[in-house]
Amino acid sequence: MITFQVQDRQGDRRTIEVPEDINLTLMEVLKASDYPVLATCGGMALCATCHVEVQQGHAHLGPPTDAEGDMIDTLPNATHTSRLACQIRIGGHLENALFILME
Amino acid sequence: MERIETDIAIIGAGPVGLFAVFEAGLLKMRCHLIDALPQIGGQLTEIYPKKPIYDIPGLPEINAQDLVENLRQQIAPFKPTFTLGERVDGLTRQADGSFILTTSDATTVHCKVVVIAGGLGCFEPRKPEIQDLERYEGRGVSYMIKDPETFRNKRVVIAGGGDSALDWTIYLSGVAEKVTLIHRNESFRGAPDSAEKVFLLAREGKIDLMLATNLQAVQGNGVLNAVAFTDRNKQPGQIDADYLIPLFGLSPRLGPIAGWGLSLDKNAIQVNTLDYATNVSGVYAIGDINTYPGKLKLILCGFHEAALMAQSAFKFVYPDQKLSFKYTTVNGVNAF
Repeated sequence: MITFQVQDRQGDRRTIEVPEDINLTLMEVLKASDYPVLATCGGMALCATCHVEVQQGHAHLGPPTDAEGDMIDTLPNATHTSRLACQIRIGGHLENALFILME
Repeated sequence: MERIETDIAIIGAGPVGLFAVFEAGLLKMRCHLIDALPQIGGQLTEIYPKKPIYDIPGLPEINAQDLVENLRQQIAPFKPTFTLGERVDGLTRQADGSFILTTSDATTVHCKVVVIAGGLGCFEPRKPEIQDLERYEGRGVSYMIKDPETFRNKRVVIAGGGDSALDWTIYLSGVAEKVTLIHRNESFRGAPDSAEKVFLLAREGKIDLMLATNLQAVQGNGVLNAVAFTDRNKQPGQIDADYLIPLFGLSPRLGPIAGWGLSLDKNAIQVNTLDYATNVSGVYAIGDINTYPGKLKLILCGFHEAALMAQSAFKFVYPDQKLSFKYTTVNGVNAF
């Protein structure tokens, strides 16, 4: 199992625990955990409704793809550690990460 | 101002909206499709035309654009009509139970059944979270540039770092009195040519380029007169401005449909899986825009939803007739 933390827009922080080999994206796990993530485009890095700021563990994520980077670049509230949860695959590299929901 | 008469008005000409024409056509119901995009195909054409799709039954691999072309051929016998490049704004019910849809260009469609196959919804400008921003919309703040002459000899602040922010900065530098481009980052991901031109204009003093700068507030007395920001050192500052144009891309939203009294859940329309009817009699929602327990956003699921919708919609189009289900293998496809 791996654990990471998620903070919603109200500032409430929760620890999420998922099997390492679950083969889902962070967006899918957030939806399954009842966070209000719209994921309108279904995971194609097109709508940015799963925008998260990675406050801890950003260095372990690797660089975004061009599609993800281009989309993040258009967001008015993006920061240097912004990512799209739909482009982050669940894995051991997320251990102890902290994601802030931005949408 | 065009006036169209049809049995079923389909909002959205993506794959599911297109296939709905076929299923309706088998039951002798005529369809008119309306789409905000200038061409048919929806996301398939607009977003991923060259991508292969692997989960269409019977087609091991097909390019998105080819699937749209195949669907166009498949529905051709039923002579669908189209209003493209117009957004549906209004839905009103008539005394006889029929509907009139109105579009952004004042086209009206009179129909017995409305099928919403709107996919992601319509793409609307993404707005920065700034207090009171909406109060200044149309009073100095605009999210798109319809007539560049509006900005002649005015002080314009553009915010954003994408292609449209770069392109409009370059264009308006020759029109406005002063153009300031505010961008959050140090560099641009947009077209390198455009970025280079913007840097050149800044070096020549023809525009003010403010990198690593964030929009903070809009100021004015009913009408915009200044934009406040924080610079790279987190120091506050402000620019006198007649116009602020935030260009932060487009984001899919439900749009005007959200105001039609339909039951919604997280930006999707709730339907009954018996026939994909909404809570409003005579209005159906199929494809990515609907939601129900177990919903999967797959083209093939949308096709199934279209078939069941058509069987149910029959009673509104032919209230005096009894529906008898026929296989195309037995009955063929009888063109209109």
